[in-house]
Amino acid sequence: MEQYEPDRLSPVVAAAMRRSLHKSRAAATSRRSLLRASAGGALALGGLATLSGCGIPAAGKTSGGVSADDHSAKEKVVNFSNWPEYIDVDDSEKRHPTLDEFRKRTGITVKYTEDINDNDEFFGKIQPQLAAGQDTGRDLIVLTDWLAARMIRLGYVQKLDASNLPHAYANLSDQFRSPDWDPGRAYSYVWQGISTVVAYNKKALDGVEVKSVSDLLDNPKLKGRVGLLTEMRDTVGMTMLDMGKDPAKFTDDDYDAVIARLQKAVDKGQIRRFTGNDYTSDLTKGDFAACVAWGGDIIQLQADNPDVGYVIPDSGYMTSTDNMLIPNKARHKTNAERLIDYYYEPEPAAELAAYINYVSPVADVAPYLAKIDKSAATNPLILPDKAMQAKSHAFRSLSSKEETAYQQKFAKLTGA
Amino acid sequence: MAAVTEAPPLAPVPEKKPPRKRGRWTPYLLLLPGLLWLIVFFALPMIYQASTSVQTGSLEEGYKVTWHFATYWDALSEYWPQFLRSILYAGAATILCLLLGYPLAYLIAFRAGRWRNLIMILVIAPFFTSFLIRTLAWKTILADSGPVVGALNSLHILDLTNALGWTSGDRVLATPLAVVCGLTYNFLPFMILPLYTSLERIDGRLHEAAGDLYAKPFTTFRKVTFPLSMPGVVSGTLLTFIPAAGDYVNAELLGSTDTRMIGNVIQTQFLRILDYPTAAALSFILMAAILLMVTLYIRRAGTEDLV
Repeated sequence: MEQYEPDRLSPVVAAAMRRSLHKSRAAATSRRSLLRASAGGALALGGLATLSGCGIPAAGKTSGGVSADDHSAKEKVVNFSNWPEYIDVDDSEKRHPTLDEFRKRTGITVKYTEDINDNDEFFGKIQPQLAAGQDTGRDLIVLTDWLAARMIRLGYVQKLDASNLPHAYANLSDQFRSPDWDPGRAYSYVWQGISTVVAYNKKALDGVEVKSVSDLLDNPKLKGRVGLLTEMRDTVGMTMLDMGKDPAKFTDDDYDAVIARLQKAVDKGQIRRFTGNDYTSDLTKGDFAACVAWGGDIIQLQADNPDVGYVIPDSGYMTSTDNMLIPNKARHKTNAERLIDYYYEPEPAAELAAYINYVSPVADVAPYLAKIDKSAATNPLILPDKAMQAKSHAFRSLSSKEETAYQQKFAKLTGA
Repeated sequence: MAAVTEAPPLAPVPEKKPPRKRGRWTPYLLLLPGLLWLIVFFALPMIYQASTSVQTGSLEEGYKVTWHFATYWDALSEYWPQFLRSILYAGAATILCLLLGYPLAYLIAFRAGRWRNLIMILVIAPFFTSFLIRTLAWKTILADSGPVVGALNSLHILDLTNALGWTSGDRVLATPLAVVCGLTYNFLPFMILPLYTSLERIDGRLHEAAGDLYAKPFTTFRKVTFPLSMPGVVSGTLLTFIPAAGDYVNAELLGSTDTRMIGNVIQTQFLRILDYPTAAALSFILMAAILLMVTLYIRRAGTEDLV
C-alpha cells in the first residue's frame, strides 16, 4: 500500500529532502516544488501521449499473410491443443492409443496438450498473438462452433487443403456437413458433437416429472433447484425451442422474448445458478434437481451415479460441435491435416467415441463402435438415431454486433 | 518516480571526501530493481488499462483512443448495485474475519505456549491447497442434503436468516450468506497473521503493570492490548477487505444470480462480451473506490506504522 501514500516517502528521498532543506530552506523549497511541477507535467504529458498511442489493432489485418513456411516434411511433429479428458487414454492414463497408432502409421509425433479449458479464456490467450501475426506454437486447436465461427470471421485460421482430407470429406456426417458459418467445411472439421439435453437427479426430483424446459422454468416444486448453463447458445437455444421458435432463424424480438421468459424464472428464484462445466457436481449431489446439461457428461455421470437421467424434450434439443482448426502461422499445417483426416477413419473414430462418449461426427461408425462397446453403439447420445437427429437444432451464427448485444442481455440475466 | 532519479545535485561541497560521492548513488542503485519491477508490472499495465478504458471500437475494427469518458459513467450507472454489493459483502466478511481472527491471534500470541507453532501451521495449512479447491469444498459441506444444512434447518436457524434476507428457502448455497462465509473463510489467514505479529510484539510486562495498577483483565485489554494491536487490526482489515472486494470466485461458485459481485461483472465484460473499455473502466472505478475508502479509513484509524 505504500505507494499510495503521498506523505510516506522512502527513506532515501526523505534523507535527500532533509539534506537539501538543511542547506537552504527557501531555495530548496522552490527548487523542490519546481522539480515536482516539472516532473508532474512531464509525467502527465508523457502519460497522455502513451495513452493515445495505445489501442488494439483491428482483427484480420495481420501483416505478412496467414501461412508460415510449412515445415511438415522436415519436422515430423504436430502440436495439438485440446480440452481436458477429450481423448482416449490407456490403462496407465499416460498414453493415447489413437495418437500412438497415428505415429506408427505416419511417423508423425503428436505433441498433445490439454490447455483449452474455456473458449472465452483461450480466445483471450491466443488473440493478441494472432492479431499481431505471430505463430501461437499450435498447429491444431479444438474450439466450440461459435468461437470457430469468430476465428474464421476474423481471419485467424487457415483454409484447409482438401487433397489432404479424403476420409474427412467422405465420412463426415450429413448433420455436420455445412454449418452456416463454414459452408462446405473449408476451414474446420468436427472433433466431436455435443447434444444439449435436460438432465435430472431422480432422488432430488422426488417424484416430480420433468419433460421439458417449461417444467424447469415453471414448476414451483423445483424452486431454487434448477440449473442453467452460462453458455448462452445452449440455455437460450433450449428455451427458444421450448417456446416453439427456431434457433436457426430467429429475430431480435424472438431473442428478447426468450430473455424475458428466463428473467421471469430468475426473478421467481426458480434458478439456483448459471454454471459452466461444474454443474456436474451440483447435479450428482442433488443440489440441482434438474438442469440443462451436455450429453457426453451425462453418460459419464450415469456410470457413477444411477440417479442421474436425461430427457430429450419433445420440442427438440440443441446440437453444437467442437471443431479442429489450424491457426495462422502454424508450422506444421500438412501434418495437422493428416491428423484431422486420420480421425475420420472409422476405426480411430470408433475408438475415440467409445472412450469419450460424445457424438461422433463420422458417418457409419456404428459397426466399428459395436465391436468395442455394444451399449455405446445403441446409445442415442453417442450415435443419434434418425428420430433423434430430426429433433436436433443448431444455433444460427451471429454477426459481431449481434454477438455483443445478445451476450450483454444474457449476462444481465445471469446477474452481471 | 522521475523526481527520484532527478534528485537535485547537492550544492558544491569542497571536494575533499571523494569516497562519499560514490556512495551517494548506492541507494538509487538499490532502488532500481524494485522500481523496474513496479514500472513493468504495475505502471505499464495501469497505463495500458487506462488507455483501454477511454477507447471505442470493436474487435473487428480495432479499438482507438477517442477519450470516451462516458464509458465510466455508463459503467457506473449500469453496475452500481454490484459495486455496492461487493463493498457490503467484503465489509461483512472483514468484520467476521476480525471477530473470528482476533481471539485466535490473541490465543496464539499469549496463551498457546508450546502449541504456538502448531496452531500457526494450522492457520496457514489451507494455503497449501488451491483457492478454487477450498471454495469447492464448501459446496460439499453446505450441500442441500448435507448434515450442516440439515442441522441448521432443524434448529430453525435458517428461518432466522431467511427473515433477515441472508438466505432463501431451505438452503445455504446460492445465497448471500454462502458468499460472505466463503469470503470470510478464504481471507481469514490474511487477518490472523498481521494481528498475530502485532500482538506478539506486545511486552508481557505491560499486562503485569496494568494488573498492578488494579486494572481488570477487560480494562487491560481495552486500554493496553487493543490500542497496541491497532497496526495489526488496520493492516489485517486492509489485507482482507481489498482482495475480498475484488473477488469473484466465491460469488461465482457459492452464489446465485442476485449475489454477483463486481469482479464477476469485470470478468464477464472482458471474456464474454469482449467489451474491453467497459471492463477497464469498471476496474478503475473499483480501484478508485477502494483507494478512497482505504485513505479515509487510515486517516481515521490514524496509525503511524502499519507494517
